[in-house]
Amino acid sequence: MVTNTISEAYVWELLAQVNDPEVPVLSVLDLGIVRAVTVSLTANENAPQVTVTITPTYTGCPATDLIAMNIRLGLLQAGIPKVNIQTVLSPAWTTDWITPEGAAKLKAYGIAPPVGKSLDNAYLEDITVPCPRCGSNDTQLLSAFGSTACKALYQCSDCKEPFDYFKCH
Amino acid sequence: MSYQPTVSQLIHLADNALILGHRLSEWCGHGPALEQDIALSNIALDYVGAARNWYQLAANQINSLQDKAAFPLNAQGEATEDTLAYLRDAFDFKNFLLLELPNGDWAVTTLRLLLSASYQQLLLQQLSTNEHADVAAIAAKSLKEVTYHVRWSEDWVKRLGDGTDESHQRLQAAYHELWPYIGEFWENKLALPIDIASMQAQWLAKINQVFEASHLPQGVLPTWHQTGGTEGIHTEHLGYILAEMQFLQRAYPNAEW
Ligand SMILES: [Zn+2]
Repeated sequence: MVTNTISEAYVWELLAQVNDPEVPVLSVLDLGIVRAVTVSLTANENAPQVTVTITPTYTGCPATDLIAMNIRLGLLQAGIPKVNIQTVLSPAWTTDWITPEGAAKLKAYGIAPPVGKSLDNAYLEDITVPCPRCGSNDTQLLSAFGSTACKALYQCSDCKEPFDYFKCH
Repeated sequence: MSYQPTVSQLIHLADNALILGHRLSEWCGHGPALEQDIALSNIALDYVGAARNWYQLAANQINSLQDKAAFPLNAQGEATEDTLAYLRDAFDFKNFLLLELPNGDWAVTTLRLLLSASYQQLLLQQLSTNEHADVAAIAAKSLKEVTYHVRWSEDWVKRLGDGTDESHQRLQAAYHELWPYIGEFWENKLALPIDIASMQAQWLAKINQVFEASHLPQGVLPTWHQTGGTEGIHTEHLGYILAEMQFLQRAYPNAEW
């Protein structure tokens, strides 16, 4: 049977097509929230069991449940009926896990990617966030909390455009 | 030998997060400016999310007990995050009294958040290295968020203290209203596995640093303080919070949408 031959690599490929509901240019892989994929098949079952382990970005992020559902739907559409989604809290998600491709996609989408590493003490100090539109370093923080839990609101002093900044976490 | 959190400890941590989160959520749609409305709604979400994690852990512990009849259970006879949040009465809640006080004005809201988040930050730092893996994981996750809450509330307290005569007076009034409630932080009546003495010193140093920038007199730990929250003896305000928060589940048990 075709379904018996699912490889973990194939599941990872499918996951690359599942996007974050709040930042739809990012896949769940770009965000770094998928921690593990396992495929198991016991003798008396006709379809393999796929387990995807994810970790939430923000504790109260309402998107977490939606992301789990989208992963389930994405795999179902590819003909994988038995999907088990597990959530782990440890180690805690950090913006360091956003891939370089993810950061580039964020910037192209108009959201400034995180500056620096999450565990640097400096992450709360005054950082320079380049404008994703014109590249200027002359930007200022408008609000530490933006349209979603993961973002802050900045404004560029050169092109005058306000923009979202994906906060270090 | 290794540390196992008690159900009471977990419920205390969860109740603190839920009640403060609920209070802050009352600002949603009423903030003085759109950015601040959004900031408070985001902060409220962080706390409600943390409450869910602590309640889930508490529910797991309850469900492993021989006798869980003392706790609210769902139709399947299990404790869940929802039964713990929606089906307990005021005397079962173990949150600090400070967190159930009404929001008051902007000064009360931001100063209360500063006092509480600065305490939370130190608490979570200690719990994040706890030997109990689930406790450490939830604490580490919340710690990152609380760090932003401290910064945001600190900025506002300084701004009000260093602002107009009126904003300064309001901040001072907020201080007089809230300060008698901070003593509960240091009672540790539920014996959380933390070093209270070092936390207290660090907390006071941090708060006084902010007070200095706000032109407020240095805070001294009160010799008398309001107490009772962790034992279920609450102010009248908690009942009103629960009446609003629990109404639907009480009126239409097991309702879902
Ligand atoms: Zn620009």
